[in-house]
Amino acid sequence: MHTTTVVIGAGHAGLAVSHYLSQRSIDHVVIERGEVANTWRTERWDSLRLLTPNWQSRLPGVAYDGDDPDGYMSMSEVIGFIDRYALTIDAPLQTNTRVTSVRPNRDGYEVVTDQGTWSSPTVVLATGGFNLAKIPSLADAVPQSVEMVTPIEYRRPGQLADGGVLVVGASASGIQIADEVHRSGRPVTLAVGEHVRLPRVYRGKDVMWWLDRTGILDERYDEVDDLVRARNLSSPQLVGTPERKTLDLNALTDNGIRLVGRLAGIADGRAQLSGSLRNKCNLADLKLGRLLDTFDEWAFEAGIDAEVDPPHRLAPTKVDPSPPLSIDLTSGEIATIIWATGFRPDYSWLHARVLDRKGQLRHEAGVVNHAPGLYRIGLNLLRRRKSSFIHGAEDDARDLTDHLIAHLGVGAPA
Amino acid sequence: MTTTDTPINNGVNVQALLDARAALIDAPEGAQFTWRAATEWVGGTHSRSEVQGFFGLGGEQSHRSTFSFDADHPEVFASEDNGATPVELVLVGLASCLTAGVAAVAQNREIQLRSVKATIEGNMDILGILGGDPEVRNGFNDIKVKYDIDADASPEEIQAIVAQSQKRSAVFDVITNPTNVTVEVN
Repeated sequence: MHTTTVVIGAGHAGLAVSHYLSQRSIDHVVIERGEVANTWRTERWDSLRLLTPNWQSRLPGVAYDGDDPDGYMSMSEVIGFIDRYALTIDAPLQTNTRVTSVRPNRDGYEVVTDQGTWSSPTVVLATGGFNLAKIPSLADAVPQSVEMVTPIEYRRPGQLADGGVLVVGASASGIQIADEVHRSGRPVTLAVGEHVRLPRVYRGKDVMWWLDRTGILDERYDEVDDLVRARNLSSPQLVGTPERKTLDLNALTDNGIRLVGRLAGIADGRAQLSGSLRNKCNLADLKLGRLLDTFDEWAFEAGIDAEVDPPHRLAPTKVDPSPPLSIDLTSGEIATIIWATGFRPDYSWLHARVLDRKGQLRHEAGVVNHAPGLYRIGLNLLRRRKSSFIHGAEDDARDLTDHLIAHLGVGAPA
Repeated sequence: MTTTDTPINNGVNVQALLDARAALIDAPEGAQFTWRAATEWVGGTHSRSEVQGFFGLGGEQSHRSTFSFDADHPEVFASEDNGATPVELVLVGLASCLTAGVAAVAQNREIQLRSVKATIEGNMDILGILGGDPEVRNGFNDIKVKYDIDADASPEEIQAIVAQSQKRSAVFDVITNPTNVTVEVN
């Protein structure tokens, strides 16, 4: 089969690309291994809600029109939202079709699936950034008596064995899972490395409002100080709850969760914990302070100080003066380890010389290096700070579609 | 934050470091370094270590001269006190590493330093090394570093420099995280 563009993945990013391709009358197909919004359907825990408020859930041509703009979508609401979007834009979908290989051919690219083979001059990879859980190699040394779970497999506390749980990683996934597992009666220890602390609400406004209004989310990849670092930053310590609660490390400590240093090694059945906990918390507190300074300066300059609550600062993160430096994993104290140590994309089906030595795609803002006609969307800070958010797909999809059309030579970029 | 026109100069060539980082990302084999020291027993608890060559950037490198370090135990341990104790040398390593980091980070952030002073303390229960209590570890119970820094910067900026220096410090990492150590006899 031949088409002009094969879009792989019918999540919000792939559909946003489809919208612009259709608008520009580019013949294309959107291939999806499962159903629309597949990852949201099959790889998320039950209680998860978006980190972004509803007013921010918008895709090209469609804005949130419900009655709770400040709420956070549950997974079923996200699936419904993306499903409706696919219908609205009448995306040329080919669902339940798994891509097994993408490789260059004379035409551009050959896309092999379990439902046939496409050939097209252009391919857009919209396959998500969270396909595989990153598990550190030290997991190999975990005693067999301890069960291991990743956030992709985790659904609810009830699936875990009774007993203590070591959650490794203090990103959004780590803190959310730690919180609900601890409330289920399984005492949680949280191993904390570098992390990003954010309040849910600041001066009466959602932190996403501040990040949006101050222009931080629109900051471009080529304006960011240290792009490698920024792209690899863990997700912020946020949760979307109806009460808009802040779930930082202090909130977890107050609920009885024990904080320990980064998991640095496992030897003789003992988890070895870094002595750097205080500095990691200090770094996050200082960084948060600078961010709030930025918000306050912006509010003053924008003349909206009177429209929002007065400025305040969050209490420093409470750190035990001498947190434990090791935990015996053979004592039965820890029944389960949850690896909230990040995710990575799966490119096992991508047979082109486009990956670096770490297995990451080499690309310039979504335009894959040395692979004309191959594009990527939906990665952290792909083109802008908002790239990994649902509303971030709009600008990225439009820019990449412009580039793609220029590459095809069928019209100048709009 | 400075109000003068004098360029910030803490004596650290940050541009060279940034250039090296960019080059080594593309040629990661050059980033593999081996650091060395050679130690000889002098007598009693006194030893002398020399540091001269190291490996890095794909080849053998050497210091401008050979550096020598005496280590011994103090008189309260019935020794001759011909040098700092090895654990004090560890503290020296940590404070030196963090202080170099403070200068580099400040340079990178265009903050002029006027003075940087650190005092460092490591608390230890020596019943551990004496074998007097199996519950007590040999090493430090904790280490405390205190900085006095005079710079053209706000207290928060100075805090951030010190925090960033810890984040990028090799010795801080060596001390706070486990390392596999192999000791062989030829």
